[in-house]
Amino acid sequence: MTRYLLRRLLELVPTALVIILASFALVRLAPGSPFSSEKEIPPEIRRQLEAKYGFDRPLPEQFARYVGNLLRGDLGLSTKYPQRTVNEIIAAGFPVTLSLAAVALVWSLLVGITAGIIGAVRQNTAWDHAAMTTALVGISVPSFVLGPLLVLVVSLRLHLLPPAGWGDWRHLILPGLTLGTIYAGSIARLTRGGMLEVIRSDYIRTARAKGLTERLIIWRHMLRGGLLPVISYLGPAIASMLTGSVVVEKIFNVPGIGPYFVDAAFNRDYFLVMGIVLLYAFFLLLLNLVVDVLYGLLDPRIDYS
Amino acid sequence: MTRADHSQATGTLSAPQLVAGTSLWQDAWRRLRKNAMAVASGLIILLVGLACLVGPLVLHAVWGYDAQAQDLAYGPQPPSWQHPFGTDFYGRDLLVRVLVGGRVSLSVGLLAAIVAATIGTIYGAVASYAGGMVDSLMMRTVDILYALPYMFLVIILVTILGKSLLLLFLALGAVGWLLTARVVRGQVMSLKEQDFVLAARSVGTPGRAVVFRHLIPNTLGPVIVTFTLTVPSMILQEAFLSFLGLGVQPPSPSLGSLINDGANQMLVFWWTLVFPGGVMTLLLFALNFLGDGVRDALDPRMRT
Repeated sequence: MTRYLLRRLLELVPTALVIILASFALVRLAPGSPFSSEKEIPPEIRRQLEAKYGFDRPLPEQFARYVGNLLRGDLGLSTKYPQRTVNEIIAAGFPVTLSLAAVALVWSLLVGITAGIIGAVRQNTAWDHAAMTTALVGISVPSFVLGPLLVLVVSLRLHLLPPAGWGDWRHLILPGLTLGTIYAGSIARLTRGGMLEVIRSDYIRTARAKGLTERLIIWRHMLRGGLLPVISYLGPAIASMLTGSVVVEKIFNVPGIGPYFVDAAFNRDYFLVMGIVLLYAFFLLLLNLVVDVLYGLLDPRIDYS
Repeated sequence: MTRADHSQATGTLSAPQLVAGTSLWQDAWRRLRKNAMAVASGLIILLVGLACLVGPLVLHAVWGYDAQAQDLAYGPQPPSWQHPFGTDFYGRDLLVRVLVGGRVSLSVGLLAAIVAATIGTIYGAVASYAGGMVDSLMMRTVDILYALPYMFLVIILVTILGKSLLLLFLALGAVGWLLTARVVRGQVMSLKEQDFVLAARSVGTPGRAVVFRHLIPNTLGPVIVTFTLTVPSMILQEAFLSFLGLGVQPPSPSLGSLINDGANQMLVFWWTLVFPGGVMTLLLFALNFLGDGVRDALDPRMRT
């Protein structure tokens, strides 16, 4: 196990380098520059600005310097917000986005797994059809439709929760539900499918023969099989929650990282774009590693040696 | 198998001249037709598609409704017989705008999914057929791309390429082929060991022909399944971008930008959110349901 982990961690190094190089190339080879805005900047000021950020150097040198800074944890300066470093912007926004994604994840797991269990245990009954149709509806309602509708009904008509903004836990609920519902649908379908795979297997029959209660069989044995596809879905799901929160942050006016990214991509804010892309990419790489390890812990048939 | 089934089966055995072979596709088509919800979804998609195609023309010819011409004096009107979806802030008939927006969504979804399926199929087949170093290098690349934040890549591509419709679906398709590539590679891995491939190679078929004539056609089933589920996800992503103001640009409507407008005015003019949002949801629901039906029909083992 330790060897496996070490090997996977070592494999991350070339992958990370390729990602850094690819995103650097993508961002830097794009036409336009951070200083080509509506206002015309006098050439000498522009030269000074370019010198300040090092854009006057040859690209390979800039890349080397960027990687060097990256190793020291320095993501560079923002060109759009000259007063702030990329580190500061991320430190302010990313925890907000993360907490939204966390609420969405908990919500989607709770609802999805419950609906999946109902569907599997009551396979081909009205319960099953109701659960699975609801799941498909959940998958089909885009967050940018669900979010405004929730605001309209819950906040503006019923006055139960604040419609937008950021502050205490009440601001987390609606955005979290909006972000998580689509994944709840997928998780419900995966849980049901996974449980139906194992429901007729020998170890379940053995458990029944031992005289375990149905409740214990469902929770201890079937769910374990049912969760395997869910676990492998979690990596891409969390990734897409983090990027998908761009829309939710816009709807609910939440100060996460999403709006900065869209802005930065538009304004060719090189370091900010790269900082956010790399942050997400590394987060996802680590997440996939965690998912693989979890998978092995849940399924004893997988051998890592 | 019940007794009746059994006697029927032996009956057909004793009269072999009556047995017509059913191909995989006939079999799948029969299964799909038996799935009432999938058939209903297919009809809904056809209806919405048809309405998007000819609806704006009819509305324009008969009532003179235009998707772009503004009438500020008329302003936003609630739904009525004259305007079933109401009118928007600029006095434009919302039904026309939703239909034109649906046109954009459907065409972007289809085209982007075709781009994704084409790239993914060829990539996956070539990687797997080549095998060895080439395969692992190509699939490591897919893994790396998988690790990149997908939507962010599309956003960067859109800001680089400019906001044209053509480039939009190219950007979506260019990033969306990864799943197809993995599915096709898995299929080809097992196919290429089979005897018909050996036979083809032993008569001197060049590698390119083996891939395109023998391997890819045999992966069509899973590719179609992936394709039908890629279409709604592409439609969703186009709307996502348009909602953020990165997709189709005003005054051209798109379901995403209509929903964005509606969300900004929903407190006063609820219909500007409800109708575009409802049509979008209905369309995605039907596409997902049909996709599920196609999957169950083509591969009953994958049924969950």
